[in-house]
Amino acid sequence: MTRSPISVSKFRNNFFGWWVIWAALHVLLVTYYGYSLNESVTDSLVTNGLLIGACWIISNILRYYLPYSNRYWYVLLLSITFSLVANALSKFILNLILIDPVNSNYILFLSNTYWIRLGVAFLLIGCMAVICVLWYTQEEEQEHRQRKDDAEKLSREAELYKLRQQLQPHFLFNSLNSISALIGSDPSQARKMIHQLSDFLRTTLRKEEEQWVKMEEELQSLELYLEIEKVRFGYRLSTSIVKDEKSLQMLIPPMLLQPVVENAIKFGLYDTTDAVTIFISVSSQNDSLKVIVQNPFDPETASPRYGTGFGLNSVKRRLYLLFARTDLVETSAMDHVFTTTINIPKHENDYHR
Amino acid sequence: MFSRPPLIFQNMKTIIIDDEPLARSIIREYLQHHPELELVAECNDGFEGVKAIQQLQPELIFLDIQMPKINGFEMLELIEDPPSVIFTTAFDEYAIKAFESHAVDYLLKPFSRERFDKAVSKLLQLGKTGGREKLAPLLESVSNSPGEQHRVVVKLAGKIRIIPVEDIYYLEAADDYVKVHTREGAFLKNKTMGHFESVLNVNQFVRTHRSFMVNVTEITRIDPYEKDNHLAILKSGGRVPVSKAGYSKLKSVLGL
Repeated sequence: MTRSPISVSKFRNNFFGWWVIWAALHVLLVTYYGYSLNESVTDSLVTNGLLIGACWIISNILRYYLPYSNRYWYVLLLSITFSLVANALSKFILNLILIDPVNSNYILFLSNTYWIRLGVAFLLIGCMAVICVLWYTQEEEQEHRQRKDDAEKLSREAELYKLRQQLQPHFLFNSLNSISALIGSDPSQARKMIHQLSDFLRTTLRKEEEQWVKMEEELQSLELYLEIEKVRFGYRLSTSIVKDEKSLQMLIPPMLLQPVVENAIKFGLYDTTDAVTIFISVSSQNDSLKVIVQNPFDPETASPRYGTGFGLNSVKRRLYLLFARTDLVETSAMDHVFTTTINIPKHENDYHR
Repeated sequence: MFSRPPLIFQNMKTIIIDDEPLARSIIREYLQHHPELELVAECNDGFEGVKAIQQLQPELIFLDIQMPKINGFEMLELIEDPPSVIFTTAFDEYAIKAFESHAVDYLLKPFSRERFDKAVSKLLQLGKTGGREKLAPLLESVSNSPGEQHRVVVKLAGKIRIIPVEDIYYLEAADDYVKVHTREGAFLKNKTMGHFESVLNVNQFVRTHRSFMVNVTEITRIDPYEKDNHLAILKSGGRVPVSKAGYSKLKSVLGL
């Protein structure tokens, strides 16, 4: 449920402060017309006490029942009713308390000022009602926005999680098959591959989305992955990695490059039958990271014509979720070389709130 | 347990087709325990596979699904009378579903020697055909895989061509085959018109006639021809008959 404006301490203090000033002015005004202090203070307390009560009730009514935008006559009606009731009550009570035959002037004054009092009461109560309507509408909107933000954040996290889980089972089972073959022919190589595979799997499992990692770490896990692929594909796969010192210390969302390299391997190794070199370059440009991944491909066969595959789409989607930009991934195909260029903006601490 | 294979299978010629050297080496190792299977070749990819099968006429092949350029199924489509096949794959949900629904045996990598022996003895027991009669329906079902097909693998004068569907001008029924007319000439494919109708993008390829299907992006104009019939004139100069029903289909695809 929304908060009432009076429940916010800042507003409550203001509200009562102005009420005290208003009641004091009331006392001054009545004294000015020549009535005793007793009469003016009683008048002020009763009248303004009833007004503040009416305001409180109205704010609570609107809190639980906010009119639809086109039903403001309801607010008007409510204000009129409450000012009439408050005024009638105040007149009745003051008549009871201040009935003094010696000074019947006051009773006359009271009935003479009926319409003025009613007008003032209506203005005050009406103002209160309008403020409350505005307040609650805004409060409701804020709550709605908050909910929407939360839902979006949740789905974003779920999506990121899912995207990271796209580690290919194909890769895993083929690697295990290679290890199984090596156990017979080259046990020490088999053991080495088990360690590489374990290290690689561990890094992919350990990384949490919020924690960006140093490029150095990301590259290490990529190298592990490529080493395993080299054992699988033998002479057909070789790699060349270029990196600059500054970029190694820069931060990058974990496992961002993995699908890009997988994609390069997929196109490089499955779209040609020759030996293949995958080229990776990492450099810092101003404050952003620039990563280039190149693989050979065969323009004659169909694959590259049909989009960039799931891998690159997931990278694009992830960068979009992180930076709300769609221009961070570029691809080009030229002279049998497919190039993917990724720009990663500088990490800001508040990116994930 | 061990059943002695019939004499006819003594020295069954066997080929391994897999793009990963270690994956081939483990099959080679397991084969050492099966003297009745004589390993005659190992192939890196489907192209080598087609060549080796033609030259060596093996009775059995171990075939990986995911391979460079053309996959295991596409390779099999190129072979007139394929030998018995034991499929090997690491992870391919769609292929595995197809194997199960056609009761075709397959090995999931990494597989044990016991599992390998079981697959081999099962195949030997199947007798001379070695389960080959199941291959055609299997290939038909995997080539009807969901999603539109982007390419057609054909063989011309001993050379394997991978043709992107955009390069197809039109398809023509020819007895049990479909003649695929492309920029580089016409190829025969051992499929039906119905097959192509189900795998090609319906907004690009329209069955204009009982025996013709045309790539609409290739049409330059449509001329009236005899009574209710029309002729689609292609950019390449080809002329494709359009029946009355085909004409209304063509009009709706072209938005006329």
